[in-house]
Amino acid sequence: MKFKDLTRFAANAIAAHPMRSALTSLGVVIGVAAVVMMTSIGLGAQQRVMSAISGLGTNLIIVSPAASRQGFVAQAAGSDISITGSDAEAIAKQVEGVAAVAPSVRGQAQLAAEGTNWNSRIEGVTPDYLVARDLTIGQGRMFDEREARQGRTVAVIGTTVARELFGDADPLGKRIRVGSSPFQVVGVLTAKGQSGFGQDQDDIVLGPLPTVRSRVVGRRVKGDTVQTIYIKATSEDDLSRVQEDATTLLRERHRIRQGQEDDFQAQNMASILQASQAATATFTILLAAVAAVSLVVGGVGIMNIMLVAVTERTREIGLRMAVGAKRSDILIQFALESVALSLAGGILGLLIGIGGALLIAQLGSWPMAIPSWAAPLSLGFSMAVGLVFGAYPSWQASRLDPIEALRRE
Amino acid sequence: MIEFRDVKKTYQMGDETVAALAGVSLSFPRGSYLAITGPSGSGKSTLMNILGGLDRPTSGQYLFEDEDVSHLDDDGLAHFRNQRIGFVFQSFQLLPRYSALQNVELPMVYAGIDVKERRERAAEMLAKVGLADRRNHRPTQMSGGQQQRVAIARSLANSPDLLLADEPTGALDSSTGQDVMALFEQLNSEGLTVILVTHDANVAARARRRVGFRDGLIVSDEGTPS
Repeated sequence: MKFKDLTRFAANAIAAHPMRSALTSLGVVIGVAAVVMMTSIGLGAQQRVMSAISGLGTNLIIVSPAASRQGFVAQAAGSDISITGSDAEAIAKQVEGVAAVAPSVRGQAQLAAEGTNWNSRIEGVTPDYLVARDLTIGQGRMFDEREARQGRTVAVIGTTVARELFGDADPLGKRIRVGSSPFQVVGVLTAKGQSGFGQDQDDIVLGPLPTVRSRVVGRRVKGDTVQTIYIKATSEDDLSRVQEDATTLLRERHRIRQGQEDDFQAQNMASILQASQAATATFTILLAAVAAVSLVVGGVGIMNIMLVAVTERTREIGLRMAVGAKRSDILIQFALESVALSLAGGILGLLIGIGGALLIAQLGSWPMAIPSWAAPLSLGFSMAVGLVFGAYPSWQASRLDPIEALRRE
Repeated sequence: MIEFRDVKKTYQMGDETVAALAGVSLSFPRGSYLAITGPSGSGKSTLMNILGGLDRPTSGQYLFEDEDVSHLDDDGLAHFRNQRIGFVFQSFQLLPRYSALQNVELPMVYAGIDVKERRERAAEMLAKVGLADRRNHRPTQMSGGQQQRVAIARSLANSPDLLLADEPTGALDSSTGQDVMALFEQLNSEGLTVILVTHDANVAARARRRVGFRDGLIVSDEGTPS
């Protein structure tokens, strides 16, 4: 009951100076709003990266030439790409638990058909590519093993390419020119939409590996070499074993001695996911930490005003003590005042933070994830800020000598 | 009975020790009407602070109805002031943001009395000092005499045993001062112990007993003992 009265005293004092109280809370409003917005942005980024990575395919291992050999400085001829189509075949034959192995070369090419043209990504693959990348054919068919091996000029196109080149017309059986080589369209992929990285996954042309290598990608990829081998494990449990076995096999085939570094790198999606999650989590924490600084600044503002209030109301404090207020009553009254200022700022800041996050999501098409703990955490934090920064002024108020305090003008 | 036994209060001023009270023994029974007089610096304010439980003696004993209050801790003194003492100050010391009623309620809040009861009692006290129709006025909307009467109503809120008034008419014109004095006399006639601290001889003359101070010592004691 007495606590209720002390709360009323605190509320009364805050209401006595509405402008000042509002400005005092503003620091916390900004701080909490910043923390909420920053963590929402960070988490949104995290979710986007996660969906991007899982969108690449499940249970997938990606083998690519070693990073050290991918520098932009020209390497010795033939040494720039180390993995080959026969590596892929060897993996398919010798490693157990593999659902699909798909070697791939890729390039960018100008496409032309029926008087229009379009620039797109072209990938030379084997039919297993669809399995490895979780793709399906929407219309027509995929080219088969024989066509792939023979290097026929057939192609499967994404829906974006189909739309850009043929509009509403049926693309099946039509001829397109990829660079300077003519291809016949035999199938259209099911639309997959934008990837998490912002890339249009339907803006693609798939052709048989040897055809694309010799006619489109040309000089950069020689002989039997490929740029990527996609390996799909039969299950998630097999993933790391398949990766190990494939790595061992490739080291043998490439005659890499013990202690020597791999000339390729194999990454599975789970580990990429983990690594990028760790990276975005760090990013989120960093953003939140920067925002938290402004919360501390808000706290200093509260402390400043509370010190002013104690000085201004010295006589009031003296009178309260004279009529029987204990030191703890004074302490609690002022602490409540500072917590109320801070908490009010926290509530408003939370609302503004959520509103701001939604606004950014709308305007910037940036994914937003307002964490469920945003509300309890920001309210808890603002209360803590009020307590911490109100502690010293409140303590000072409670330590006043009533005789001195009553005499103060 | 309220009794001071050889009460001393000294302050350290740099290297010097200054005695505000240099050994005061004084006793007066319940229902007394006492004036403490003396020039400034005579020790009468220090006496009042100790009587009111705002300060502690350096040495000696302060007995209040046989309870030794000389060595109470801060919370003990706060409780003592709340329950036993009513203060009336020269400058009224009302809280400007609070209505007359809320000002009178204040000591009862710290006594832990519930809202309904203290509203009733505060209204009753305001009626007693003749301000029943001013309960929702703020101090700034009232005259000095009215403010002092609110302060007196506040001092009576927790039914104190001792009313301490420090220059209660100092900020009032003489006719409102007379009214306030009449109110003290009425309260004393109802049995309340009243102590006035003043340097105004006319005010002091109205008390039944007058104790004069100089340099921290009692130099005169006239009138009837009670």
